[in-house]
Amino acid sequence: MSDAAAAGPGGGIPAGDAPSGAGGVPIVRAEGLTKTHVGEGAPVHAVRGVDLAVQPGEFVAVTGPSGAGKSTLLHLLGGLQRPDGGRLWLDGRRVDGYREARWSVLRRRSIGIVFQFFNLVSDLTVADNVELPALLAGASPRDARASRAELLAELGLEGRERSVPGELSGGEQQRVALARALVNHPALLLADEPAGSLDSKGTREVLRLLSRFHQRGQTIVLVTHDARMAGAADRVISFFDGRITDDARLDGPEPGPRRGPARGPAGSVSHVVELRD
Amino acid sequence: MRLPLLALLTRGPAHGYELKQDLEKLLGAAYSQPNVGQIYVTLGRLEKSGLIAGEDVEQSGRPNKRTYRLTEAGHEAVLAWFDETNDEPRVRDEFFMKIALAPESGLADPIDLINRQRRHYLRTMRDLSKLAASEDRDNKVSQLLIEGAMLHLQADLDWLERCQEELE
Repeated sequence: MSDAAAAGPGGGIPAGDAPSGAGGVPIVRAEGLTKTHVGEGAPVHAVRGVDLAVQPGEFVAVTGPSGAGKSTLLHLLGGLQRPDGGRLWLDGRRVDGYREARWSVLRRRSIGIVFQFFNLVSDLTVADNVELPALLAGASPRDARASRAELLAELGLEGRERSVPGELSGGEQQRVALARALVNHPALLLADEPAGSLDSKGTREVLRLLSRFHQRGQTIVLVTHDARMAGAADRVISFFDGRITDDARLDGPEPGPRRGPARGPAGSVSHVVELRD
Repeated sequence: MRLPLLALLTRGPAHGYELKQDLEKLLGAAYSQPNVGQIYVTLGRLEKSGLIAGEDVEQSGRPNKRTYRLTEAGHEAVLAWFDETNDEPRVRDEFFMKIALAPESGLADPIDLINRQRRHYLRTMRDLSKLAASEDRDNKVSQLLIEGAMLHLQADLDWLERCQEELE
């Protein structure tokens, strides 16, 4: 019996074998995840033994210099690349052994992804770009249209349904990509430098939308080198040379220095924007 | 605070409390506002140095109100202020010293210092994002003040990353 047959039809995910965390079942759990790129030159150790748990509703930013391996990590979490080692659970299901067919079903139903360069289908209209994943996931044309209309309105794209991506600004294209990623109400939204090719206005817009969906409970893992984007997350993971070097929770009070207070009242930023005489 | 007060007085005479309110409206919540006492003290000093002139205005049933106008010397001071360029913000030398001296002293790990400093900056960044969202979007001056602070922090965070690259 093949692996795919053993796993059951229709991309059904075998449960069990999943560790239970203190805060319930994490949306993402990785243990010892590794990925080495083997090309023409020396092998590149992009991800070197990463342990990670993301709880439902968390907004996690992964930051680090370019080449640190943070995009590779995101690709492993979305099944766009396969790990060489380690274990990965999504919503309690072990997925690191999945093959492409099952990953694509899983992505369609449970994982939304936005990319730096939008990756929209250039000869489909905005409406079709957003409806397509809904139809592929089995929604009726009527439901797909309704979901699409709701999301486009939400993202300020009414009246753009019949445009093709090339007619839109970068910021608008990224909003269409966001609608496409969210149309199937995925448990997890992965965003890989979503503002990396946008101007500062487009960046603020994407940031505002991510924050809004997060406030409604969307779990988000965002890869960014932009600290302004990272500052919107609840938790910031610093990724460096294929490893997590720091994992900081930004909500709640700052764990104080070992001695004495270092700053004013919580939430006070006046020390940064103070004018000096 | 001296020059901003003088600059406000180029519009015409005003009293201390008016100046405080104008400053608040112009700069928004991002800017740590001086209290009215600090403003009165500064106005007193400016008057002493001849940059402004005060005049008591009688108010019925209340104490006199002191109104200030810009003198010729004050006007010159404002012109000179606009005319000169400003020093660039300095590198965070206190933190730099810690990074430099941590290995020497053996009392702290530089990477640990970097991680804790990064957390601190990221929290401040988060506070600034919240402030930018809560502040009046149409107050361009205030939004630019916040954006400037965020860009400085971004540069500080980039520099921490460079430190980590070199010291890891």
